[in-house]
Order: sequence, then C-alpha cells, then structure tokens
Amino acid sequence: MTRRRTPADVVRAAPGPAFEIRFDGRPLPALPGQSIAAALWAAGVLSWRTTRRDGRPRGAFCGIGSCFDCLATVNGRPNQRACLVPARPGDTITTQEGHGHADLTV
Amino acid sequence: MPTSPSDPHDLVVIGAGPAGLAATVTAAGFGLRVALVDAAARPGGQFYRQPAPGLGAARPEALHHSWRAFARRTARLDAQVAAGRVHHFAAHHVWAVTRDPAHWTVHAVTGPDGGQGRAEVRARHVLLATGAYERQLPFPGWTVPGVVGAGGAQAMLKAGLVLPGRRIVVAGSGPLLLAVAGSLAAAGATVPVVAEASGYAGYARAPRTLAVNPRKLAEGAGHAVTLLRHGVRLRSRSAVTAVHGTDRVEAVTLTRIDRDWRPVPGTGLRIPCDALAVGHGLVPQLEPATALGCATRRTPDGTWALVLDHQQRTTVDGVWAAGEAGGIGGAELAFVEGEVAAYSIAGRGVHGSLRRRRDRLRRFARTMAAAHAPRPGWTGWLREDTEVCRCEEVTAGRILDAVSGLGARDTRTVKLLTRAGMGWCQGRMCGPAVARLAGGGGPAADRRPLACPVVLGELADGQG
Repeated sequence: MTRRRTPADVVRAAPGPAFEIRFDGRPLPALPGQSIAAALWAAGVLSWRTTRRDGRPRGAFCGIGSCFDCLATVNGRPNQRACLVPARPGDTITTQEGHGHADLTV
Repeated sequence: MPTSPSDPHDLVVIGAGPAGLAATVTAAGFGLRVALVDAAARPGGQFYRQPAPGLGAARPEALHHSWRAFARRTARLDAQVAAGRVHHFAAHHVWAVTRDPAHWTVHAVTGPDGGQGRAEVRARHVLLATGAYERQLPFPGWTVPGVVGAGGAQAMLKAGLVLPGRRIVVAGSGPLLLAVAGSLAAAGATVPVVAEASGYAGYARAPRTLAVNPRKLAEGAGHAVTLLRHGVRLRSRSAVTAVHGTDRVEAVTLTRIDRDWRPVPGTGLRIPCDALAVGHGLVPQLEPATALGCATRRTPDGTWALVLDHQQRTTVDGVWAAGEAGGIGGAELAFVEGEVAAYSIAGRGVHGSLRRRRDRLRRFARTMAAAHAPRPGWTGWLREDTEVCRCEEVTAGRILDAVSGLGARDTRTVKLLTRAGMGWCQGRMCGPAVARLAGGGGPAADRRPLACPVVLGELADGQG
C-alpha cells in the first residue's frame, strides 16, 4: 500500500526535531514553528475548549486569530489563542472550560 | 517602553500582505523612509503565509499561486531593510492609529495576547493595507469541531503544514474555495466535493471584463485542472445545510439551492467526511480606517469597503489604502494598488498603464463580487436552535425573537437585546449574518475602537 501524501511532502519539508508537548496529560509531538493549534491538528485533536453556556466542544475555526474559538489554557494561562501561540517544548495545554477562570470562583 | 525609533518616517504601512509589501518597496525605492508594521513574523499576509523556518520547507511555493511576484518584492524588501530605508516591525499588532498636528502615530503591541511589549511608530503619511477576513454564514452544526473556515484551513495548511481531517468537504461561495480545495487535495486530503452556492453564470454576463483579464481566466482554468486531477467534483448552486456529529464532524448534508439560495426540498444528500472547510467570501478589515473616520461604501457582495479615489486616497487627508480594504479583489490587484498608492504618496504621477491595469482588475473584482454575493434565501437553512453568534452562543431563534417580538431593526439593537456580537470576536464572525437577520444591514460599517485585543495596562500606559 502506498503511503498517503502529506502537506510536508508537498513543500519538501525537513523539519527540525520534534519535541513533546502535553495535552490534558497526554504527550503529543510538535514540530518547531508550529502553532499549538497546528500541533493539536497534526495529532488529530480538533477541540480543546468547552463553551461557557452549553459546554460544547470547540477548536480552531478561523485559523488567523479573528474568531477566538481556539482559546486554550497554556501553561496555566487561560484564553490563549492556540492558532497564534507557537508551541514550545514542554508546553502544557489543558482543555479550557468556560471562561477559563474556574479556579478563581469562590 | 516603546521600541520604535523616535524620529518620524515618511510613511507607515499597516499590513505586509501583497498591497502593503508592494507599497513599501515602491515607496522606499522613491527614497521615502518607510515603516512596515505587520502582525505576522514574516511578510506575505494571509495569502502568502509560509511555513515557519523551523519546518524546513524546501519548496514553500508549492502551496502558493504567483509566488514569483511575491519573491521579487520580498527580495527588494530585504535589501531595503538592510540598507536602513525600511523598518519592518514584524509581529506587531496594530490596535489604534492617532493623529497629532504634524504626524500619525501607529500604536502596536507584541505577543499573541498583546501583553509582551509595545511600539509607537510615527509617520507623515499612513497606508492601510489591512486585508480581510472570511465571511461566515451560519448553518446547523457549523460549531462542531472539524468545521473550519476555508481560509482558516488554507492558513493552517500553509503555515503549520496540517490538515483538519483526511476527507474534507469544501463549501460556501467565492473563488477562494477552488484554491483551498486544490491545496487540500494536493496536500493529501480527499476532497469529495466543492459546493459553490452561486452559479457561474454571473461571469458570463460580463464578457468584456473577462476578455480584458485573461490571466484571471487562466487562474480559474488552473484551479479546474488541479481539481480534475485530484478527482474533486464541483457542484454549483449547492450548499452544506447541516453538519452531523456532536464531538466532531461525521458527515454533512449537501442540498441544492435555488437562485436565491433557498434550499430545494428533498434534495439533501448525506456525504461522509471528517472535516468541512467553509466560507462565503471575504470581508475587508477596516477597524483602523473607520476609527479614523474614513468613509465607507457598500460593495456588490454586500460588505463594506473604503471609499478611495483613483490614487488610492481615503477620504481622510494623509491616509491611503490598498488591497482588500478598498474592496475584495485578490493578490494581483493588491500588488498593483500598493504600487499606485506609493506613487501617489511619493508625489509622483501614477502612470497610465499601471492605472489601467488597476482599473481592469477592479472591474473583474466587481464582477466576481456580484457573481458570488450571498442571496437572501440562505436564511432558509437556519433552524431555530442554530447558533449564529459563536462566542455568546446566541441562536437564530433568539435573534428572530428580538426582531419580530421586540422590534429590533439593526445589528446594534439585536446585539443589545441578545448579546449577539458582544463576545470575544466582537461580531467579526456573526456580523454579516446578524445584519441580514435584522433586516438587511446596519447603518454603516462596523466601528471598533480597538483593532485587536490589548491588555488594560497597555491602554493606561498608552496615554503618556
């Protein structure tokens, strides 16, 4: 069986070594230069947020920083636009629930 | 602390896409000192987004059209930056433009949430080359993960070399869909169908415009060949009217629509897929322009764009605009308009051939806008529980209640009554849809005092 063509094949990419990020405790690979959203898509993860009212899953939608659907909690900081934030080795991404400030609720 | 050089530039260009890039290198070629302020790390805008250097792409041009026109100008930009004639403020998000008696000041912040640093760039003239974002029309299921903007899928592919799925339906309207479907298929996705809501007859009604724009025809033919090669079917007068799946896309319903985009009953076809790339054309990004008081006009596809004269001047003295901000027209037109603006700003006469090329491409843009303009019947694919405002989770039912029960007649009143458009994106995603549901449109283009998110400390500091 022939291997399926990938985006990296098209541009003949020779990326730097992959590094590890964690998504909800699960180790995932990321490539240097990829945004957090891109690393998650590459791993088949399409949602990393639940909405404030109905708790519905959301992920990247506009891909250019306009829609704010891709908000994630990155290294403990909520409301980061995952399509704009570059992935860095050791980043911990957690699914953001609601407004992302549940820890502040008293 | 501000990071900018304190002496003012002759020109500050906002946006380093095709229009801003062409304007910058042309103006600097005339000897002007130019500051180029752009949100991305590297020039190119959304159209020429490239893989990050760390991805080591040997052939980034493989995912692009007319790469040479871009490469020629980036080479000039690099030389001008090295010679100190252009200051390139990369990764700077512009949040406001202000004026004092002698200068314009462009205020920018750095970092994805605007919290890392700031810059104030001063100049005698401003060129707005702010580009556009995608227009979205809601339908049942468009918030399910795996539904992504067509432009968003393209952006994620070009910059991050990733796909949202393996079997991706492409739908909506406008020429971007063909380019997106071609790129996705070339990158290994299976694209079972491209659904274009309009017909293509609109182009045939403008034979003269087509005849004088042979390159545009060739571009269209090129897309068609790519789609054929990858076995992608193109269906016009069709729309995705529902997405199936709860946690992620499992299938879509493709429905035939009539001339007014009303779904034709009984024509729904279920197509299994794991992603949907959808978009209905582009909307000019006008925040800095409207905040400055630049006049806007309604374009043939129902969006707002800047009123510009034949030299690309806005109605505000000292402010020019080029590219999509003056009406959606594509990269080739943006390059030409950027050059025209630079000639004008430098006080040089715009020579006739450049102006004629601009006018010819503008005519094509108008034909294109009219051919793909959303028709009012699209509201027929909404259900009462279809979310229209993604941020505030406001449904079509609640908006229609505000209109028919509470008398709302415009987007502003709908917003006050329902919170549609009051969330993070500030109506950028739901604005056109809400305007339509409210009865056809708001009184003018959206005005947003801040063009991008800014931390409060920055606003406080910025008063100094």
